[in-house]
Amino acid sequence: MVNSQKSVLVFLDAISLIKNGRIILQDVSLRLHSDEIMTLIGPNGAGKTSLVRTLLGLEFPSSGQVKKTSKLTIGYVPQQLRLDPMMPLTVRRFLELSVSSCYANEQLLKKQLSEVGLLSKWEVAVLDLSDGERQRVLLARALLRNPDLLVLDEPMQGVDLKGQAELYQLIGNIRETKGCAILLVSHDLHFVMAATDTVVCLNQHVCCSGCPEAIQQDPAYLELFGPQALQGLAWYHHDHSLEGSVKEKT
Amino acid sequence: MLVPSELKKRGSIVFMVELLWPACLAGLMIAVVAGPLGSFIVWRRMAYFGDALAHSALLGAALGVLLHISINLTILLMCLGFAVCLVVLEQKKRLSIDTLLGILAHSALALGLVLISLSGVQSFNLHAFLFGDLLAIDKKTALMIVVYCLILVGILNRMWRPLLNVTVCEEIAFVEGYRVGLMKLILMALMAVAVALGMKIVGVLLITALLIIPAASARQISQTPEQMACFASMIGMTSVMIGLSFSYFADAPTGPSIVLAASLLFLLALLCKRQMS
Repeated sequence: MVNSQKSVLVFLDAISLIKNGRIILQDVSLRLHSDEIMTLIGPNGAGKTSLVRTLLGLEFPSSGQVKKTSKLTIGYVPQQLRLDPMMPLTVRRFLELSVSSCYANEQLLKKQLSEVGLLSKWEVAVLDLSDGERQRVLLARALLRNPDLLVLDEPMQGVDLKGQAELYQLIGNIRETKGCAILLVSHDLHFVMAATDTVVCLNQHVCCSGCPEAIQQDPAYLELFGPQALQGLAWYHHDHSLEGSVKEKT
Repeated sequence: MLVPSELKKRGSIVFMVELLWPACLAGLMIAVVAGPLGSFIVWRRMAYFGDALAHSALLGAALGVLLHISINLTILLMCLGFAVCLVVLEQKKRLSIDTLLGILAHSALALGLVLISLSGVQSFNLHAFLFGDLLAIDKKTALMIVVYCLILVGILNRMWRPLLNVTVCEEIAFVEGYRVGLMKLILMALMAVAVALGMKIVGVLLITALLIIPAASARQISQTPEQMACFASMIGMTSVMIGLSFSYFADAPTGPSIVLAASLLFLLALLCKRQMS
């Protein structure tokens, strides 16, 4: 496995989650290392979001344990920011709300916003942003905390294909610039980020996990996304081995 | 030399100030608190909770009358108790919250009404209770309301950031280390106290309106949450002044007059927004 010499940030030990008598997660074990990019894929209803919520502490597992290193700072980008239309909130104010004593430190906020390419939206209302822009503002807020681990729950929802390629590239760069581990949830079974070290396929239990194959040089996809697709996207081939055997590639 | 009609007019204004200043002061303080709290109610879509709290207050008053203890105290305790119940119920998402609230709130209201009528206490002014009665507010009550409101404003100011964070996005707030459950409880408790106080002025039936309408008006002209809270306070205060004067001169019920003034200001805010855009 990748990064075996690196420290484990989060260890999910045989997590099961049962809600209203329905099994959501069954015996899921995961190790997330520092500096690792892990992509969690699986069909709808596979329990991806529940797993992430359990990891964050938003849900309590019915059995099993979530072990985190002490003082682990997590940056979290939820699926979407459901803001009530009655809430007047500018991008600036939304970012200011994040760090506890940053009223004076406008420069830092602006720098972070420009890193996600949205400096021009500084005084714009969050409600007026497109879905993709909102995701990037959420990303900027998560990064403001200088997280050890960045968790993104289906960040591509409602984002068009071009925006997806850009967002993937942005996320891929974060490890370089911030040096944090990344856990990315995607409902796409075929498409994962090129920088991914480990892909975990979840369907209530861990179907399979391993490192993704190299990019598939599909001309149709290259045409669709332009040459940048080469840096941002990759194929991952896997088959659902229902007995849950873990395949690892070296 | 003054003609008699002018003298009468002047006299009436002096008389009005003397008669109404405790009520006016109390009303203005309630409006100050109602600004930020009403904004939270609007943002969190808790209008129904406000009504439920107000309804439970009547049961509190009935218990006060029956047990011969301070009505103010029983109302406050009943509202707080009800608020805690609501927080607990809100967390159990399996139950349909609005149905349950409807059952609880109206049962409390009905029980309160029945108890009051059975108690045979003649002095209890139900009309004032339902629609508010500014004239019934003496100096002592006004002082109590001012003190409570100052405490509420202090808490809101101190806890503004966590409260706002929990309202904008619970999940992010949780991950960033805010205590989400506690903040919801505090917010609900603040609402309970505000409802118990505001009821004295606009009554059980209209207290939610005093919380929500100024906030909704302020939304039309605000860019940030803080702006909205401040504008809501100012609009609320203006409504209280207009409503109070109208109520005095036209001999109209106070609570409805204030709420009507707030509604007119809301229309004005809508027009303002139209003009701006």
